[in-house]
Amino acid sequence: MALAFTALTSLLLIAIFIFKEGVPFIARVGFRDFLLSSDWRPQAGHFGIYPMIVASLLVTLGAMLVGAPLGIACAVFLNEFVSKPVTRVIKPTIELLAGIPSVVYGFIGVVVVAPLIRSQFGGPGLSMLCASLILGVMVLPTIISISTDVLASVPNAYREGALALGATRWQSVHLVILKAARSGIVAAVILGMGRAIGETMAVIMVAGNTVQVPRSALDSVCTLTAKIAMEMGSATGPHRQALFAIGVVLFLMIMMFNALAMTAIKKRFAGK
Amino acid sequence: MRIPPRNTQALAVTLLAGATGLTLAVLVFVIVFILGKGLPVISLGFLFDNPQEMGKAGGIFPTLVGTLILPLVAILIALPAGVGTAVYLSEYTGDNLATRIIRFGTDCLAGIPSIIFGLFGFIFFVTTLKMGWCILSGALTLAIMVLPTIIRTAEEAIRAVPAGYREVSCSLGATRWETVLKVVLPNALPGIVTGIMLSIGRCIGETAAVIFTAGASLRLPHSVFDSTRTMAVHFYILAREGISNENAYGTAAVLILSVLLVNSLSYWMMNRFIARRTK
Amino acid sequence: MTDAVKISNRNFSVFYGAIQALRGITLDVLAHQILGIIGPAGSGKTALLRSMNRLNDLNPNCRVEGQILLDGEDIYQPEFDAVRLRKRVGMVFALPVPLPLSLFDNIVYGPRLSGIRARARLNELVERSLQAAFLWDEVKDRLQTSALRLSGGQQQRLCLARVLAMEPEVILLDEPCSGLDPISTSRIEEALMALKSKYTIVLVTNNTKQAARVADTTAFLLQGELVEVGPTDRIFTAPKDQRTNDYVSGRFG
Repeated sequence: MALAFTALTSLLLIAIFIFKEGVPFIARVGFRDFLLSSDWRPQAGHFGIYPMIVASLLVTLGAMLVGAPLGIACAVFLNEFVSKPVTRVIKPTIELLAGIPSVVYGFIGVVVVAPLIRSQFGGPGLSMLCASLILGVMVLPTIISISTDVLASVPNAYREGALALGATRWQSVHLVILKAARSGIVAAVILGMGRAIGETMAVIMVAGNTVQVPRSALDSVCTLTAKIAMEMGSATGPHRQALFAIGVVLFLMIMMFNALAMTAIKKRFAGK
Repeated sequence: MRIPPRNTQALAVTLLAGATGLTLAVLVFVIVFILGKGLPVISLGFLFDNPQEMGKAGGIFPTLVGTLILPLVAILIALPAGVGTAVYLSEYTGDNLATRIIRFGTDCLAGIPSIIFGLFGFIFFVTTLKMGWCILSGALTLAIMVLPTIIRTAEEAIRAVPAGYREVSCSLGATRWETVLKVVLPNALPGIVTGIMLSIGRCIGETAAVIFTAGASLRLPHSVFDSTRTMAVHFYILAREGISNENAYGTAAVLILSVLLVNSLSYWMMNRFIARRTK
Repeated sequence: MTDAVKISNRNFSVFYGAIQALRGITLDVLAHQILGIIGPAGSGKTALLRSMNRLNDLNPNCRVEGQILLDGEDIYQPEFDAVRLRKRVGMVFALPVPLPLSLFDNIVYGPRLSGIRARARLNELVERSLQAAFLWDEVKDRLQTSALRLSGGQQQRLCLARVLAMEPEVILLDEPCSGLDPISTSRIEEALMALKSKYTIVLVTNNTKQAARVADTTAFLLQGELVEVGPTDRIFTAPKDQRTNDYVSGRFG
């Protein structure tokens, strides 16, 4: 049954080939100069990705500020306050959000959200704020569907127990159910972060792509993923290796998020 | 002063309902906006004519073909591997080190963003294996990308087949393999098909993993060794390079309609499957 | 011929993980007889039954000790083919499990696996086994409809017919009437009485009256041990062991 190892083999191949291109480059340029320098001028041989790292993290954080409260609220509402038939209609509808291609979200960002930001708050419009808003919407399906599953797995006895003690529905939710489902919801948010930090095409379209450490949410930024995708087509030699090195950093970040999420989920099952 | 629980309840429910309403509103807005601007552009000519001036004028026919072929080839590659893995995980082994490693690998693969798949496909299939930008490179990359989806849905569907069926089949003199082939897989089929549909939906909408592996040629492909451009890539290029907003809207509308169609179909099948199972 | 030993359990034990389900059972099954196995829930009846066609192999946590001989051959020898064993030793489960196929396809499932393809031969097998299971008259006009549409009692008789179509030597039945009404139960019992001239039958039942009605020999299991075995009449009228007496007179279980 060698077939069964296809997924594993693919994962290893991916890691090996990206690391093979990227890691020697990082070793040559130097860990510090690569990660902590702000000087990105491939033609001159300067490859500092600090601004991109900051941009990726800030955009992801912003997306979570939008997506996490909205997504968790949706999941709680659908699971605790709405009758089953209504949920059965609304949940798949929301999951359709996940099916809309990321380029379409990016496009909406360009033609609707960015002009709105420019006219209301000033700045270039294509900005960290715009990217965070768009990504915030894009991570909703991930957060909602995992949170709903987690909430649905909280035993009914908890709800009934709380209600029997005279709690209102909302008290039973925030005092009992959210506590019981906490680590699962944390996992949902972390997985959402993983999606946000890895998203590429939508971000290229809306973030403005200026390599700089942003001073406000209205500044144009360039994320790690955007840098890879924009320059991959034309890059050669060390420049291309540098892009793979960014891929290595991204890969490690994502794996870290995944590991965190898995630990959170494990803890949940261990606690049962 | 303490706010009475009844009021906090009312406030909380209002906020939660507001959040849900907002999410639905965003969804409706995205779809209505794109369809509103795009549907008027769509005509038979738009769908079946070749593009002119890099897509500034003319239709989207080659990208339609690319969007059909690429996911199809990807599924043809991913299906045997994915279903094989699922059968191995659920029928042939208990919980041991090998299955735990496989599951871990599958989970990790599911979390990898598409740009990494694009990078990998480019360095491995396009460059190292010297396949160049072509449908096969793109399809192999997409196949790896959707593998976790296929494995998970197939495994779930296989586990949902009643244990009694397996026992009966074995007690009637079937081998493990005959049981899988004649009883387990036919009964897991609707679930497996749902996984296929979800995967196709993901392939249709994918851009980052496709553009670096299948390329962006606007010519009609003659074999899997030709480059092709999918609708998603075409739309990205039209919008990003400002070639034609009108055609961008049209392409986006076709793109959204196809993804919605595929996804709705898979939900419908999943529900039918669940309904049949719980009957 | 009636006294020939068909299956012989020799000091046979079964473990599920750390739990021992059977403790050194030694029990002979005579050819062309019905052996009834009775005992309260959890006494190891089903474990014993599932050992006799090695269906326990499907459970990775299961481990066995001792021997089971079929016609003098140890079925737990590594070179003994479990798949061929199951063709010789058929099984009917407690709950009727028709495969989600037509009546016809359910019955020819086993024969087709053995390589029988000729339509005429399959038709003949279907008719003969359905008649032997007393089901033919009720279903002969709808052999192509789904087996899931039958009533519970019909489904169980279909399962019996499905086993008969394999032309086995031994038929194992695991509480085949536990989910059935009295009329369906009597149909099954009737079929079993008619079948024992051709087959060797082992009937696990939690209904002591059923054992008294149909079994030639009855064995009483308790907590994984064989307490007593003997001619059915004697077990029910003059048991040697106090525990058997308590059980058959309904004092526990």
